[in-house]
Amino acid sequence: MSKYLVDKFLYTIDRDPELVERYRDDPRGTVEWWEAEQAGSILNCVRAETTTWLKFEPGEREALATHDYPRLFELGAHPFLTLTLFIAMFERDHEPLGFQKEYARRLGHFQLPYPDYAT
Amino acid sequence: MAEVVAVIASTHHPFYYRASTSTGDERPPFADEWVAKIERFRETLTRARPDVLVMVGSDHFHQLWLDNMPQFLVGKAPFYDGNFYNEEREFGLPRMLLDGHQELSGHILRQGLDAGFDLAFSEELRIDHSITCPVITLRPEADLPIVPVYTNIFAPPLPQPKRFVQLGRAIREIVESWPSDQRVAIIGTGHLSLELGGPRQFGEHGPDPEFDRKAVDWIANGDLEGCLSEVSLESLHAPGNATHGFMDFMLMMGVAGENAKADHVDSLDLFHTMEAYFTWYPNGAPA
Repeated sequence: MSKYLVDKFLYTIDRDPELVERYRDDPRGTVEWWEAEQAGSILNCVRAETTTWLKFEPGEREALATHDYPRLFELGAHPFLTLTLFIAMFERDHEPLGFQKEYARRLGHFQLPYPDYAT
Repeated sequence: MAEVVAVIASTHHPFYYRASTSTGDERPPFADEWVAKIERFRETLTRARPDVLVMVGSDHFHQLWLDNMPQFLVGKAPFYDGNFYNEEREFGLPRMLLDGHQELSGHILRQGLDAGFDLAFSEELRIDHSITCPVITLRPEADLPIVPVYTNIFAPPLPQPKRFVQLGRAIREIVESWPSDQRVAIIGTGHLSLELGGPRQFGEHGPDPEFDRKAVDWIANGDLEGCLSEVSLESLHAPGNATHGFMDFMLMMGVAGENAKADHVDSLDLFHTMEAYFTWYPNGAPA
């Protein structure tokens, strides 16, 4: 039901350098703040027009709060959004391409067909 | 009427800018060969002496989002800012500003709608690396006005492959019907096999070299029938989870025409993807 919201979280964090750092340093706190304060924001509307019904499933919230990108892949988060944001947070801690290869290795147990990432 | 002086299709590798401008220990071993291929490719556009560029690309979740996702969108702004913070961050791409061509944008929109394509439009489109990368590779002076055409190859549900081909054919006819003496180049970029955010990413080659070989043959020979007989929305997951970007190559095959053999064909096998470059001259190669 809320795969869209997982993607919306990844999208809105990835485009804001301050939120990228905040999510890297405090993933659980950032997810809780974002779900409470930001999830309902419609990107082309003023705050008064926010949606009222969006929320994460418990497994989605936990995967985001633990930086568990294999689980996000399994849940059907858009793989481009997940990869791009996690590169932004963790590539700096590895040798060139080291994080990207580790990312692939941790997803190595997935076979085609991959989980559907349509929202 | 306007003349289509070149049709160009290529990959749009966001690391080219960094690789080609790096020096010393930072310069990757494949950079010189890559630059040489790009400079030969660039000359195929320069020789055509275009006045305006119609550029087909795809927003990578930089501006367009799942709250209101267009399948095909034409930019109709007077100017286009280029690249986003997260492209600077990840690829080292520069900020850019390109002129738009509102008259040609308006013509493509009106004629495209009348031809049965329910095109979205934007008066404030910021372009991303799918369009800035071919400017960097093919026209680094960035001195020509552009008309951006964005396709959705990214956020399911996607249009069918044949729809990309149909739109390419329509764009060619619409540009040729433009009452103008301008020389137009139509440029589009996509992918061959590609995996992003999955277990097959960043390997020694692209995730499916066999698909890449077939795809280059389809494009180089304008083999739309062969391509459409093997490619579907469902099948495009098999060569790599981001391979739907190949449909932008199919759109460009539609622009070039059925069985149109490319005048310039080149490729480069990078460590995780196959780069590929194609140019057609609809009215014969320029002297």
